Amino acid sequence: MPLIKGGSFVADPFVLIADEAPLPDVGGAIVSLTRFRKDRDTLMARNAPIGVRLKSDESPEQLGDDVHRLSVVVIEFPAFRDGRGFSWARMLRTRLNFTGEVRATGAFLYDQIAYLVRTGFDAFEVPDGFPLAEFNRALAEMSAVYQPSADGKKTIRDLRSGK
Amino acid sequence: MYRYDEFDAKFVAERVAQFRGQVQRRLSGELNEDQFKPLRLMNGLYLQLHAYMLRIAVPYGTLSARQLRMLAHIARKYDRGYGHFTTRQNIQFNWPKLVDVPDILADLASVEMHAIQTSGNCIRNVTAVHFAGAAADEIEDPRPIAEIIRQWSSLHPEFVFLPRKFKIAVSGSAHDRAALKFHDMAVEIVKNAIGEVGYRVLVGGGMGRTPYIGYVVGEFVAKQDILAFLESVMRVYNQSGRRDNIYKARIKILANALGPEEMKNQVMREFTEIRARGTLQVPDEELARIDAYFAPPEFEELPDDMPAGDKDFQNWIKTNVHKHRAPGYAIATISLKPIGGVPGDASDAQMDALADLMDTFAITEIRVSHEQNLVLPHVRKRDLPAIFARLSELGLATPNAGLITDIIACPGLDYCDLANARSIPIAQDIAKRFADLDRQHDIGELKIKISGCINACGHHHAGHIGILGVDKKGVEYYQLQLGGSGAEDASIGDIMGPGFGEHEIGPAVERVVKAYLMLRQDGERFLDTYRRVGMEPFKNMAYLDQLYAAH
Repeated sequence: MPLIKGGSFVADPFVLIADEAPLPDVGGAIVSLTRFRKDRDTLMARNAPIGVRLKSDESPEQLGDDVHRLSVVVIEFPAFRDGRGFSWARMLRTRLNFTGEVRATGAFLYDQIAYLVRTGFDAFEVPDGFPLAEFNRALAEMSAVYQPSADGKKTIRDLRSGK
Repeated sequence: MYRYDEFDAKFVAERVAQFRGQVQRRLSGELNEDQFKPLRLMNGLYLQLHAYMLRIAVPYGTLSARQLRMLAHIARKYDRGYGHFTTRQNIQFNWPKLVDVPDILADLASVEMHAIQTSGNCIRNVTAVHFAGAAADEIEDPRPIAEIIRQWSSLHPEFVFLPRKFKIAVSGSAHDRAALKFHDMAVEIVKNAIGEVGYRVLVGGGMGRTPYIGYVVGEFVAKQDILAFLESVMRVYNQSGRRDNIYKARIKILANALGPEEMKNQVMREFTEIRARGTLQVPDEELARIDAYFAPPEFEELPDDMPAGDKDFQNWIKTNVHKHRAPGYAIATISLKPIGGVPGDASDAQMDALADLMDTFAITEIRVSHEQNLVLPHVRKRDLPAIFARLSELGLATPNAGLITDIIACPGLDYCDLANARSIPIAQDIAKRFADLDRQHDIGELKIKISGCINACGHHHAGHIGILGVDKKGVEYYQLQLGGSGAEDASIGDIMGPGFGEHEIGPAVERVVKAYLMLRQDGERFLDTYRRVGMEPFKNMAYLDQLYAAH
């Protein structure tokens, strides 16, 4: 799937490894939480970047301190209505102080992109043919925000008080 | 009242432009109805039985004369000449065309109004007591904190796709006029033992098919901490609220499953962290800035005597005029429940005329109550006779506030595609049966609330007499519930038994009221008598004529 990061399409340096598939010898691998738990030590010993893909009912807190050993956490949106991912990303950034990539995948909508960015996502798996201009337009539609979130954006209250 | 600054104005203007784009994409076929649905819902646009319905937010129920005129204009230009005030202090228009909706929203933006988050699984328009800033028993005006909550909840990136909708109410006095305990979350302004003002926070109330009374999750939250506390509750809900079953997705189900202790633990864990970060703390300057918008008008020194008038005027004073905190002033309720009318409806001409009346009598704001009436919060007592005369000409002086004909009813099957049964004709029929004013006064305070389906938009669980419309094999039936209350003594009504047909429910209500009149002791309201004697005598009476009917 095309991956948007840092405002442009980028090659995905990771490969998603199914639970039963063998781990590749080299290169970044993304595995499920179940697989991560099962093969944690092997993964850590591979000396390659690791990613974990969380289902929408899996809190990143389940990763414990290992979260800081990860390069990417992928959060699934099984349906656009399932908004748990927004809290998971927020939690990764502001509770767990995770500084790696937080990637959104699944059924999120164009109109949720701005919320994803605000809550701490910085990488987005989009459908084939999705125009980059759309992505940037989604971020430009609402210029000001009322709430502090994980993006550190100045809020309307900050602007009011001249901060 | 609150005035938008440049930032609020830009926020709403950008939101209108965004929705205009979405409507264009829908009309051009780029978006299908499935994709468009969540977008329109976030902007208050429903697709109902016959047409689109637009629900416009009236934050904490407060409107200026200018805003009321704009609602009249919208009713006239884009609708069929009327609007419907709802139990959540909003107004709904039942016949807008999709292509017109961006223009309607632009018109609203020009008077600092919007339809943001009046639908969808997000934090809905915040409601507050309709006597805010005027009631004699108020600790503080609840609207400043309601405005702070409105801003915080507007397009909150983390909480726009919650398990289900989320309704917050705010009250400023111990006497609960905002049905706090039936809300997903409620904020009650309280004073602690050393006289500091803060907030008590309740969660988990709700109606619908499984009604619950909310419980306290924060006994005393300091003013600066309130947003951090509310955000904590929201995060617990967004993480753990059920998403597998739409009927179990409201926070009331989670709150009941966790229980108060575990809920408090989870909320406190979030709160400790969010508070420590400090970014959600509300500084004193911000509280003061918002407070200043809601400063009460300067009250003149006036004699406190109630002016004389004829019997009609006296009757209106008796029920529709309430005690104000300032001597010489009063609070006046404008009933939107004319006998035989549609509860909560107002015409464009009535709204325009009310705006003129506000200007004439220097009344700067008008309120929408959750009981689907309007309220003039600051009226000089000496102006009451002239105001009553004008309201009488407009058909807005029905002297029934709080009486049996002041019925709450949802739109029901006449408009709503969720409804199982009609509500409006039942309300009209009952009102006609009790039209005699002396009889209404004899009966006293009796709140009838009617919902056309289990979703309970008509608050039937909280009615002294609640009526629930159900569909039985394509026929409308109405169940009676007795003993509900939405006040500080909140309770959920008890179901009486098998339902009544559409022609039987009116007579059954009459028999229930007759039973009350026979059973009551000195000074008891209907609710008091019911609580003392229980269901049995009422039930016997209600089904009296049905003993031989087959059900």
